[in-house]
Amino acid sequence: MYPASFEYQAPASIDEALTILERYGDEAKVLAGGQSLLPLMKLRFASPRALVDLNRIEGLGELFEDNGGLMIGALVRHAQCERAELLRGRYGVLGDAAPQISDPIVRNWGTVAGSLAHADPQGDWGSALMAAGAELQARGPDGTRTIPLDELFQGPFTTSLEPTEIAVWVRVPDPGPNAGGTYLKLERKVGDFATVGVAVQLSFDNGKVGRAGIALTGVGPCNLRATAAEEALAGAELDDDAIRSAADLAAKGADPRSDVRGSADYKRNIVRVFTERGLRKAAEAAGRREEP
Amino acid sequence: MTQTVGVDVAGLTSPVTVTVNGEARSTEVENRLLLVHFLRQTMGLTGTHVGCDTSGCGACTVLVDGVPAKSCTMLAVQADGRQVTTVEGLAGAGGLHAIQTAFHEEHGLQCGFCTPGMMLTATALLADNPDPSEEEIRWALSGNICRCTGYVNIVKAVQAAGAALREEGR
Repeated sequence: MYPASFEYQAPASIDEALTILERYGDEAKVLAGGQSLLPLMKLRFASPRALVDLNRIEGLGELFEDNGGLMIGALVRHAQCERAELLRGRYGVLGDAAPQISDPIVRNWGTVAGSLAHADPQGDWGSALMAAGAELQARGPDGTRTIPLDELFQGPFTTSLEPTEIAVWVRVPDPGPNAGGTYLKLERKVGDFATVGVAVQLSFDNGKVGRAGIALTGVGPCNLRATAAEEALAGAELDDDAIRSAADLAAKGADPRSDVRGSADYKRNIVRVFTERGLRKAAEAAGRREEP
Repeated sequence: MTQTVGVDVAGLTSPVTVTVNGEARSTEVENRLLLVHFLRQTMGLTGTHVGCDTSGCGACTVLVDGVPAKSCTMLAVQADGRQVTTVEGLAGAGGLHAIQTAFHEEHGLQCGFCTPGMMLTATALLADNPDPSEEEIRWALSGNICRCTGYVNIVKAVQAAGAALREEGR
């Protein structure tokens, strides 16, 4: 299969890339890892007039801690996250998600920011980063715009990014010292898209839940935040009752469809089970760091 | 692939220099040319196989700057200025590469279709982790699918190649 013909530009800076994008209006696509975009182009679901390849731009492959939070550049690959010590511990929801994305060869090239911009409802990063409270820093002709992820995702493969904007950095806020998280994914076989995924991130404050982040993969038109469950947990003691009722709320908030991967009821039940399991695992991970 | 008769390709081609198995090749390619077709048709290196053509099977795996890549999901223009290793680049003047000898001796293949991709992924694994556990080998190869043998002998071959490479001190 061949993609339709396109013009190809590999600029050396973001400024240059933005100028090129403006010239093409909505007819260009940004290429980072290409692991989702190229298959779409081969299947002719996408036939952009031009590709703007970010891979020749220096500095976008960096992953680092900044003011206690994390910065993930547009060319940071899944494999880099899988190996990063930084993403264990307090950022465990990210470190757990990375090795569960597709397969190792795809992870060598696919990028975190590209996955967000692609907005597949079955994308794993969308949920993991939403649970972590991340936001996207996009640059466009009018400067930099910060987009919280729940405002980024508009529907299947649809985001609030303008065609003339580039997702340059993903910023993850400081989860505080007593934090932990996890990402649980049900897949039919290695490398498959999620039947269901649940991301959980907890920050504790004086023994009680401070902030709870819970997001769901594959059970809605885009990655969904389990807002009702998050709100019920904030400020609460994380006992069995709280865990069970949060899991019920998350399941109620899911909007799954029956397909080859399972019935809607089955997927909703997995959301409940994974939320419960995820909360226990996240609390355990946070607790381990409280010990002297 | 580089000559499209009767179609105006102005702006739709780019010059590239790709070093394949140590040999630099400069040519003009259509922007849409996939790396796998550049290797097979432009370079005439047909050891890289097209399997699923949807980045699922790993048969087309090559190394790009030492990193395994599915060459059906990468453009030739993306490989501009980079080093590509295909199965044809594994054997050296001294004969077969240790991974090739090991696949042969451990019967790590039946039809051979997945084998080039398997061997390149395994080579990258062993460069990174000279003595991987069985679990690490299976994990590393989870993007390469074999439909003949199952994976028992493939895992054995990677272990044998690891041992041979460690002995050679490579």
